Amino acid sequence: MLRYQTQLILLPLIASIISVVAIVTWGLTLGIDLKGGSLLEVRYPNGRPTVDAVHAAVAPLNFGEVRVQPSGDKNFMLRARDLKPDDKSKLLAALKGAEEVQFNSVGPSIGAEIMQKAWWAIGLVIFSIILFVAFAFRHVSKPVASWKYGVVVIITLVHDILVPTGLFAYLGHTRGAEVDVLFIVALLTILGISVNDTIVVFDRIRENLRINIDKHRKEPFGEVVAHSTMQTLARSVNTSMTVIIVLLVLFFIGPVATKDFSLTLIVGMIAGTYSSIFLASPLLVLIGKYQKN
Amino acid sequence: MNTVRSKSAEHSVKVFRAIAVIIFGALVAYFVYSTTINHASRYPFKYGLDLAGGSHLVYTANLKDVRKGEEADAMSTLRDVIERRINVFGVSEPLVQVEQSSVVSSNRVDRLVVELPGVTDVNKAVDDIGKTPSLEFKLVDKKAAAAAQAMEQASQNASSSGAKISNVTVDGQKPGELYKTTGLTGRYIKHAQLVFSNGQSSTRGLNEPIVQVEFNADGAALFKKLTTDNVGENLAIFLDGTVISAPVIREPIAGGIATISGNFTPDAARELVRNLNFGALPVPIELESTQAIGAALGDEALHAGVYAGIVGFILLSVFMVLWYRLPGLVAVIALLMYVAMMLALFKLIPVVLTTAGIAGFILSVGLAVDANILIAERIKEELKEGKELDTAVSLGFSRAWFAIRDSNIAHIIAGVILFWFGTALIKGFALVFGLGVIVSLLSAITISRTLLVALKVNTTKSLGRFLMGSGFTF
Repeated sequence: MLRYQTQLILLPLIASIISVVAIVTWGLTLGIDLKGGSLLEVRYPNGRPTVDAVHAAVAPLNFGEVRVQPSGDKNFMLRARDLKPDDKSKLLAALKGAEEVQFNSVGPSIGAEIMQKAWWAIGLVIFSIILFVAFAFRHVSKPVASWKYGVVVIITLVHDILVPTGLFAYLGHTRGAEVDVLFIVALLTILGISVNDTIVVFDRIRENLRINIDKHRKEPFGEVVAHSTMQTLARSVNTSMTVIIVLLVLFFIGPVATKDFSLTLIVGMIAGTYSSIFLASPLLVLIGKYQKN
Repeated sequence: MNTVRSKSAEHSVKVFRAIAVIIFGALVAYFVYSTTINHASRYPFKYGLDLAGGSHLVYTANLKDVRKGEEADAMSTLRDVIERRINVFGVSEPLVQVEQSSVVSSNRVDRLVVELPGVTDVNKAVDDIGKTPSLEFKLVDKKAAAAAQAMEQASQNASSSGAKISNVTVDGQKPGELYKTTGLTGRYIKHAQLVFSNGQSSTRGLNEPIVQVEFNADGAALFKKLTTDNVGENLAIFLDGTVISAPVIREPIAGGIATISGNFTPDAARELVRNLNFGALPVPIELESTQAIGAALGDEALHAGVYAGIVGFILLSVFMVLWYRLPGLVAVIALLMYVAMMLALFKLIPVVLTTAGIAGFILSVGLAVDANILIAERIKEELKEGKELDTAVSLGFSRAWFAIRDSNIAHIIAGVILFWFGTALIKGFALVFGLGVIVSLLSAITISRTLLVALKVNTTKSLGRFLMGSGFTF
């Protein structure tokens, strides 16, 4: 049983390594709300010019690097340093025949502040969850102490947010996908949701351990964990499935503004579901085994 | 016979409760429906800028000249002044908010957030807000101003003794180290008016327009102290960061009236008076970020969001009924009531809906059904052990409860921290998400439970077993 479970860890381990490599090699492309800069979306009702033509039109304005990205059939997304409203008017005037759809310009200091806050928020969520899990499982001390359940949850959670982050490093490299405030919100949400599956399994382990004590039954810890994981497999998968169903709908037909957001959540949810089965439970068994030796 | 009758009577009570719950849900749904089709309703949905279109401006306030401890005061005065300005140009439901950089941030930054629904011409909005003058009185540092004094000397010769404060103009002088902050600013102004000089005092001949400023009580006291302590010094008057005049203080001035003369044309003086009366900014501000969203884009996002919500709900219902059958159907009914209650809360609280908020709501629908899955799976297990339906339902419920409670607490933790993390956009998401968790927890305890215990299925028959079963088992 244990041997089988130890091998299971390979999948989340490989996924984490690939993600870390992706993040280190390509890095993350920060959105303007995190690093400052501006975004102007324009629409050409009578058909849009080529990207090169747009570059040529904005070059005389000396706004530094202006990145032009087609969006939909008639729109362009223009990204530049943070522009004041006057600058935006000049930019719009240079793009003949274009109508403004949306404009967003963020000063660099706001972005830096949000970034700082984001790290705090992620740390706080993880810290609160470990405290909470340790508290919820405080009566479970044999054979594995309750705080170790908390540690296992953290390792699982780190894996769950590494995978979508790695994906966005890859998407940033290949398609220019950006990591923005909504991405961080998605990560924080994943932390809150994906701990569910782990809690469901741990809750069952807690219950089965108690039943064994009541019935004076001796069962190896690894067996209890495996047993509990199998018992809760259907509900773990199904509770994630319902969330993934609505997120897929949101991704495919929802607003453009939340497409990347739902993609992050979908990937995080999938990672969170398999990690509770392939990472959390086997880790718990390993800790139990290690303590014995 | 007796026991059978009491058992069926007990069941009638359960059915009655279930019907009452469904009627309650229907009433909530009717409230949402009727207040949505009636456009004059007191309870409309409120949409954020990204759905309704509009401008979002963030200004940074420069508080370096404000005394310690008075920052909050200065910011609230700033907010009032800007709000007054915006009300003048007629935007419905503008939002002007003071925001401070978070506690985790290393340096304190005070910001003013201005939201203008429906205003998509951001340039005009910025101009209108920016027109407000910032007025400051600063003392000229004599030593540092040595160079400037030569200029002053020249014009001082021309000035007359008749004016309370002689008129010295240092045109184009940039504010710098040679000026000492006095704390006296436009926020102390009670009233401003246009007067014309009586002829002799002016460097530009007859009837030079002069702006007369009357301070409020605090301002008058400050002005008196300032003029008493610094007789013989130059008092520079800054308008929007530029010196417009730096007259010599001849004598202490009580009464709180100062005159500003700075080569005004009558029109310029009139505009200054108007702007000062609308409110001079207590502190200088700088535009830090802008966002303008066209109404069409917001509309598109709203429709896509609503459409995704409906399709998501239908797919979820199909999945639940196919997989969990009768308990699945119960879950769908409970979920419908969850949606109705959430929408009613959005209207009653009211919650400002944003694109992220709609995404949060759709996500919460997927999460709300989790409790039902946990309960249904547990009931199935209990039935498998040969328990009767009644017992299985109540046991299944109480055993699933701990997992439901614990996972919801984890959601709430995430929700609270998200709310703290949030800018307006994220707060919308966090609020909807957190509200969803609490409402779904309540609906799992009350609605799902009431409906499930009212079920009467004979699980000894194969149809009954099928209805209470799940997945690929028959």
